[in-house]
Amino acid sequence: MLAGAVVFVGMWQLIVSVGNYPAYILPSPMVVLDRLVRAWSSGIMAPHVAATLSEVALGLLVGGGAGLVIGVLLARSALAERLLSPYLVAAQATPILALAPLIYLWLGSGLGSRVLICSLIVFFPIAVSTMVGIRSVDAKLLELARSLRATRWQILSRFEIPGALPQILGGFRVGVTLAVVGAIVAEWAGAERGLGVLINLARGSLFDTPLMFATLFMTAAIGVGLYLCVVLVERRLVGVWRQG
Amino acid sequence: MALEGLSLSVAAGSIVAVVGPNGSGKSTLLRLIAGLLPVDAGEVLIDGVPVDGPDPRVGLVFQEPRLLPWRTLVENVSLPLELAGWPEPRRLERGRALLSQVRLDGFERAYPAQLSGGMAQRAGIGRALALDPGVLLLDEPFGALDALTRERMNQELLSLWDRTRATVLLVTHSIAEAVFVADRVLVLSPRPGHVVADVPVELARPRSPSAIDAAAFSRAAEQVRAALEAADTMEAVDSAEASDADSMADVA
Repeated sequence: MLAGAVVFVGMWQLIVSVGNYPAYILPSPMVVLDRLVRAWSSGIMAPHVAATLSEVALGLLVGGGAGLVIGVLLARSALAERLLSPYLVAAQATPILALAPLIYLWLGSGLGSRVLICSLIVFFPIAVSTMVGIRSVDAKLLELARSLRATRWQILSRFEIPGALPQILGGFRVGVTLAVVGAIVAEWAGAERGLGVLINLARGSLFDTPLMFATLFMTAAIGVGLYLCVVLVERRLVGVWRQG
Repeated sequence: MALEGLSLSVAAGSIVAVVGPNGSGKSTLLRLIAGLLPVDAGEVLIDGVPVDGPDPRVGLVFQEPRLLPWRTLVENVSLPLELAGWPEPRRLERGRALLSQVRLDGFERAYPAQLSGGMAQRAGIGRALALDPGVLLLDEPFGALDALTRERMNQELLSLWDRTRATVLLVTHSIAEAVFVADRVLVLSPRPGHVVADVPVELARPRSPSAIDAAAFSRAAEQVRAALEAADTMEAVDSAEASDADSMADVA
């Protein structure tokens, strides 16, 4: 991973040096790093990062929670799947970028709207992975559950959810990265704070391309950080029993 | 219909083996007794009390160990207790006792993926004994094991039975296993299955492979084999009739 980063930064520097681009077109890695450090020390960055992080966290909570519940429902009931899945797919196929202004129009430009936009984009991969995961639980284990007179809740909590966990966590791998995208899109559509706002500011009124790169870097860093969190959780919860 | 006109009664505390051709409904029979399948007609009684639905008086061992891969062994064998609402300290204590009963001491914290096939199936048996069932049903439990492990498992099953004195019903494909373990061997006909032979095994207990009355063993095994072959020819007669009917149709 480190070698990849070195190559990436090296190529970047090479392109800047060879092309001799001015910083407002393509700033060099050192310029961006310097801008990033200054943005933090001057206190510009922190509130934007905090805003985006809280939207992402709430979006994951709401969208992930709803995705789990609906995923279980879809797995359990063929009727629910027949009734709901066309709408879910249609909602997923509609670009969130187009939906965001509408949501602001209806619900105002508060945190709630941004969390909703973020949740909508997180919801789908979690719901689908939960459904697929629960459906793939070995029927033989479910027969065992029945022979031991497990209640519906026990079947869900002791057999289906743990059995589906690898798939559900796979859904969260996708979900966390999408949550960041959702937050940025929501901030673009209208917000006062957040990394999406800062990108707009840096590009527009400030005309500060190094700051834009620094902000993009922060956005990517949040995505990578969250992804690594999921991988870590996966290792704790699933890694221990998989071919231990 | 998998079974028809089947009637059997098993004395409490005895071991009965069930053999039969493929598809004779042996697994169905166990699932009926365990209450996993409803009886279309007739009834299943344990100590005179009918079975309707999965029954705690029955412990079930499947063809595969069916352990939950995400649970440690002690959590697996104590699963029936957890589902029955036992508090954690008590069920873990019982779980450790069960593991030691099936000679898996020291593997409390191991995961199923770390076990050999024989060890995993021992854990499966331990789990079936968790609620102290009076009846233990085993559905070809050792079919996937190598011959040597299988022989050991047969002996362990006997020593386990010696300690618990549960009523044991063992479905198996192996005539040797059936005769070695059981007091009676029932032979089922092809589908729809019914009992075509009830072979008593006159071997003293405790039994061990090295000290067994070879004459009595092979006598019982021979009877079972003969009954199985007869059951198979019943099937052959059936299909012969079917082809006769076909050729008749040709002539017409």
